[in-house]
Amino acid sequence: MDAAVMETDTRHKTIMTPAEPLIMQQGTPKIVTENVTVHYGDKQAIFPLDISIPDRAVSAFIGPSGCGKSTFLRCINRMNDTIPICRVGGRITIDGSDIYDPDLDVVQLRARVGMVFQKPNPFPKSIMENVAYGPRIHGLARSKTDLEEIVVNSLKRAGLFEEVKDRLDAPGTGLSGGQQQRLCIARAIAVNPDVILMDEPCSALDPIATARIEELISELRENYCIVIVTHSMQQAARVSQLTAFFHLGTLVEVGDTEAIFTNPQERRTQDYIMGRFG
Amino acid sequence: MLVLVAVLVVLAFFYGKSRGAAFSSGAGKLHSLPYYHGYFVALMVAMPLLILTVLWPVLSAAYVEGRALAVLPADLQPANGLARDAVMRDIRLLASGVISDPDRLSAYPQGVRAAGAVFAKLQSASGWLQIATGLLVGIGSAVLASRKLSTKFRARNSVERIFLTVLIICSAVAILTTVGIVFSVIFETLRFFAKVPVTEFLFGTQWSPQTALRADQVGSSGAFGAVPLFIGTTLVMLIAMCVAGPIGLFAAIYMAEYASPRARSIAKPILEVLAGIPTVVFGFFAALSVAPVIRRWGESVGLEVASESALAAGIVMGVMIIPFMSSLSDDVINAVPQSLRDGSYAMGATRSETVKRVVLPAALPGIVSAFMLSVSRAVGETMIVVMAAGLAAHAVSWDLIETFNPLQAVTTVTVQIATLLVGDQEFESSKTLSAFALGFVLFFFTLILNMIALRVVARFKEQYD
Amino acid sequence: MTDMANPVPVRAGKSQSTVIDAGRLKKRYRAETRFRWYGLAAIGFACAFLVLLLSDILLKGLPAFEANTVTLDVTLDESKLDAQAISKGNFNSIVNSAIRAQFPGVKSRSDRRALPKLLSFDAVDKVRREVIANPSLIGTTRSFDLKLSDEADLFLQGMSTDEFDIPVTGSLSIEASGDGFRLTSSGNDFAGVLARVKQRLETRRDRLSLDALKLEQVRDRLAAEMPVAEAAVAEAGSEATNTHPAKRRLAKLQVDTSSVAAALARLKAQTDELSASISNSSGPETLTSALPSHFVRLPEKGVVKIAEIGGDYITGKAYMPVAATGAVTAGSWSLVEYSQPEADRRINDKEIIWLTSLRDAGMVESGFNWPFFQRGDSREAEVAGVLGGMVGSALTLLVTLLLSLPIGVAAAIYLEEFAPRNRLTQLIEVNINNLAAVPSIVFGLLGLAVFLNFFGLPRSSAMVGGMVLALMALPTIIIASRAALRAVPPSIREGALGVGASHQQAVFHHVLPLAMPGILTGTIIGMAQALGETAPLLMIGMVAFIVDVPGGFSDAATVLPVQIFLWSDLPEAAFQAKTAGAIMVLLGFLFLMNAFAVFLRKQFERRW
Repeated sequence: MDAAVMETDTRHKTIMTPAEPLIMQQGTPKIVTENVTVHYGDKQAIFPLDISIPDRAVSAFIGPSGCGKSTFLRCINRMNDTIPICRVGGRITIDGSDIYDPDLDVVQLRARVGMVFQKPNPFPKSIMENVAYGPRIHGLARSKTDLEEIVVNSLKRAGLFEEVKDRLDAPGTGLSGGQQQRLCIARAIAVNPDVILMDEPCSALDPIATARIEELISELRENYCIVIVTHSMQQAARVSQLTAFFHLGTLVEVGDTEAIFTNPQERRTQDYIMGRFG
Repeated sequence: MLVLVAVLVVLAFFYGKSRGAAFSSGAGKLHSLPYYHGYFVALMVAMPLLILTVLWPVLSAAYVEGRALAVLPADLQPANGLARDAVMRDIRLLASGVISDPDRLSAYPQGVRAAGAVFAKLQSASGWLQIATGLLVGIGSAVLASRKLSTKFRARNSVERIFLTVLIICSAVAILTTVGIVFSVIFETLRFFAKVPVTEFLFGTQWSPQTALRADQVGSSGAFGAVPLFIGTTLVMLIAMCVAGPIGLFAAIYMAEYASPRARSIAKPILEVLAGIPTVVFGFFAALSVAPVIRRWGESVGLEVASESALAAGIVMGVMIIPFMSSLSDDVINAVPQSLRDGSYAMGATRSETVKRVVLPAALPGIVSAFMLSVSRAVGETMIVVMAAGLAAHAVSWDLIETFNPLQAVTTVTVQIATLLVGDQEFESSKTLSAFALGFVLFFFTLILNMIALRVVARFKEQYD
Repeated sequence: MTDMANPVPVRAGKSQSTVIDAGRLKKRYRAETRFRWYGLAAIGFACAFLVLLLSDILLKGLPAFEANTVTLDVTLDESKLDAQAISKGNFNSIVNSAIRAQFPGVKSRSDRRALPKLLSFDAVDKVRREVIANPSLIGTTRSFDLKLSDEADLFLQGMSTDEFDIPVTGSLSIEASGDGFRLTSSGNDFAGVLARVKQRLETRRDRLSLDALKLEQVRDRLAAEMPVAEAAVAEAGSEATNTHPAKRRLAKLQVDTSSVAAALARLKAQTDELSASISNSSGPETLTSALPSHFVRLPEKGVVKIAEIGGDYITGKAYMPVAATGAVTAGSWSLVEYSQPEADRRINDKEIIWLTSLRDAGMVESGFNWPFFQRGDSREAEVAGVLGGMVGSALTLLVTLLLSLPIGVAAAIYLEEFAPRNRLTQLIEVNINNLAAVPSIVFGLLGLAVFLNFFGLPRSSAMVGGMVLALMALPTIIIASRAALRAVPPSIREGALGVGASHQQAVFHHVLPLAMPGILTGTIIGMAQALGETAPLLMIGMVAFIVDVPGGFSDAATVLPVQIFLWSDLPEAAFQAKTAGAIMVLLGFLFLMNAFAVFLRKQFERRW
């Protein structure tokens, strides 16, 4: 038993590349995790994991399928709470406060940590109602004009407004895939979060729509802490400043995107980036 | 006869099989295995024999009865269908020879006894003739079938073709049933409308099929205004849906969104048990347990409650429909993709907000059709209302509170169908025919409701597939 | 959910996100809890109703499974029996004298005639059967266990009335007065009873005054309508004949008004009378049949029914002979109350006293009511049984099964395996789904019009019932069979086809056997539905009163649910118990069938 723990400890060590990533020196990290583990029933999905994620920057999680990157992402806004058999251990802090603190309110947390999913999932409502959903349930708008302003602003920031301004009452499900995904982003930023989590936001989109979303992510970086899980190394390289490589539930290597892609320290990272497995 | 058919078919099978085996041991390669030759011969024998078995009794009964009635002297000739049935019962009884006591025999008129003798003679002759014909047909078709057998004969394909035809006929039974329903109600309904105008039936406010009430119809027949029945049906249905709608829906929401697997494993069987209880049991409970409770309660607050009230029937019917409503709603709620829920949770919505603002609107078409199917169930339910809602048609007026008073006894379409057709009836009377007209209304109303609902559900499920 | 009493830690420094108002959050969580409770309450309601329903039926139905017999010495008097023609013997008189022999004190003609009614009419049959089977019994005296009547059964099971022993303390003195007795107690034993009686009177008075209040409202309404009606008549003027609606209405109003006034006066008189006797708290009361019955039990089986009660005495008649007048010590007499008034029960006071004396003598025995499962229907509750219904249901279900299983499976195989995707197939599918939702009574119409009137098949028979139910069960079986066939993975089909089997061989040799458990499960569920079905069978005449147990498919038969329906309509309390008992039998069969289906599912559950 002890031997196994010891072995686990060495196997699941994280390498920093470079030892002090440049992006982290720009200010206090937004999200800090210590010894985070995730179990699905008896199966361990994430081994003890420590990472710091910078504010006002894009951090990318890469790795082969089933490596735990999405699972870890879902820990950051406690989406794993909705899965009954899932247990999360360790500590995750945002701005210094523990989000798994029993006193913390999960509704409040999710209002601060927005999320965009792999497949665009607009609600079967109008475009207007889709974006107004968050402000409405949280009571962020005092009046109807207030609400409309929030919707328009959010759509503008998501770069969708020009395309849909004439049909705000049309159903959100009637938009194209890329538009739907931007609608979901608009919906997320309508509640004014600090952090936006994106779980492979472009995997269901065509290249043109993908480019549009990537552009949007780069713009949003100015104001938000963005964490993106992606399959595509090119995408990570294009949009992110920090890159973390996951493998079999372990955070193998983390560092400045440029450093990771040009000079990975770990053998597995190297192999993955070279396309030897994945 | 059935024994004969079975023996002939088995014989035919072995005959065909041995023929096939003989081919295979002889020259050349056999296309199909020997037992397919057996099947082929057996089927060729079975089909005409079965047709004979089914048709013979019907045809011969008609012939034998006709001959027996012809023997009756003129004064004993039955005047109508009902009398004919009665006479035939006597004739049959006499023919069966159960009555040996001469005293009792002499109680029957001479003519009837003579007819009984003729009936008995003809019937036994018909029995022997049937067996003889059966033998002849069986052997004949066996000979015809075995002529086709040869080394090259594709016995398997022929057998499979016959099988496939049988399968198709079996599937067509569903259509035949519908056709049968439609025809049986349409014909009688048309005959009914020949006697009673459609407008009176649909808009008349007086329902009393048993007695003459209208001045201009004295003695001929009753009044056939079905509006009180429609109102009664609607009232009971509304009460039932007030119970089943919200409770069924909330039960479904709880099961789909909140319940732990353990809670589900307890609650689901309970709902299934409730669904499996026969309606006659619910009716008993409504009439003998719920109605008195409601009555006592009503009296304690100074309301007048009939011993058979729409309220008791409606509430119990609602409970009966809860499992139906909840399992249909459960299905559609589960069909709403998880990604929509995730999207809502990720915005910081609570579970109930997600259910109310995302899941239910998404599942709305499905829930509406679950509601419609439940309504159709409530409208078509018979036993509970027969036992607990009463028989008397409720007076209809523009005083809506009085007309829709749930504490009074009401009668419904199904109750009237059941009571009009129970017991001995004359098939020609408008009273009996009116039941078919009501059946027609009921069938088409529920059919349309079901069709729309099923189509909406199918489309809804496709949308999220 | 998380406790939201603590405010969320606000982000230090430059937070851009909006913090949700704590009060609003609190409200949202309250809404959340409420919503969750609604769901739980819905499930709870369904559960509670189920428990209520089942326990109600259990409570009502258990008496049906219990029967009481009395052991009597029956003298098989030779003078009443002719060994040559035993069946024509006067068994009635034999049994009657046997029961009368138990009550030598019962002398009046009407009482002596009432005594044998304690026994079921089956009792005479039983004696007759045994004597016919063993003629050597003639001339001997033998003890028989004889069935009691249904009302006696109900009383002994405590269903007719509650029985209270009222504690007594004093010693009693008995003196004859008139043709009855006057009893006085040295303790204050009768005052308590008197108080209870007065209380009963008070509730009755309250109810009557409530009725009076309602009638007054009716009177006022009528009074208000009167001027309107009068005005209408005046308006109609002289041309109005007596049949003019306005006149008719006025006449009816006048009749109603006077009858209401009369009823009110009657009610008033009654309430006044009651009030007077209530206010006189020690005044004697006469115990009418509308009040609970009270008896004084004396030594040596003597029983006096209380007719009038005062504070310290009672008077009444002897229902069982009183051995001696004089003093009776405390402890050797007792006071009993039967709280259901005699007027409201079907067993009268005398019968109760006779029964209890038989019971106290240890002659009554209760046992399992086997005849309930051995007999068909009857007009007499104590001998009505469910065998006819059970056999009828079995025959009907057999027909249903033989028709619907092959046709249903064949249709499912065709639709799932062979049918081309064309409009005809689609039509069949839509049809099947719709048929599953057609009201059952419509199938009854089909059976009546097609099977009975067109094909002339025998009315009320298990055959026609089975055919109708088969059509109803078809959609269930087809849908379940298709699901079972679909669950067999294509690999099995492909494997069979791969070794050169024809499509039909693949289906019949490989796919069908694997799908069989699923098909059978669906079939059992369909059969269970058919077993509980009532409405369509009413249409095809299975509601006839049929005493004989059906012997074949074309015999007139009834089925269990229809038997339940028929019995539920009968007024006798004993039939209510029978109905609930029959429901228990039906639910028992349904339970067994479903348990078998679950067993099959568990046993053959396979995941590919």
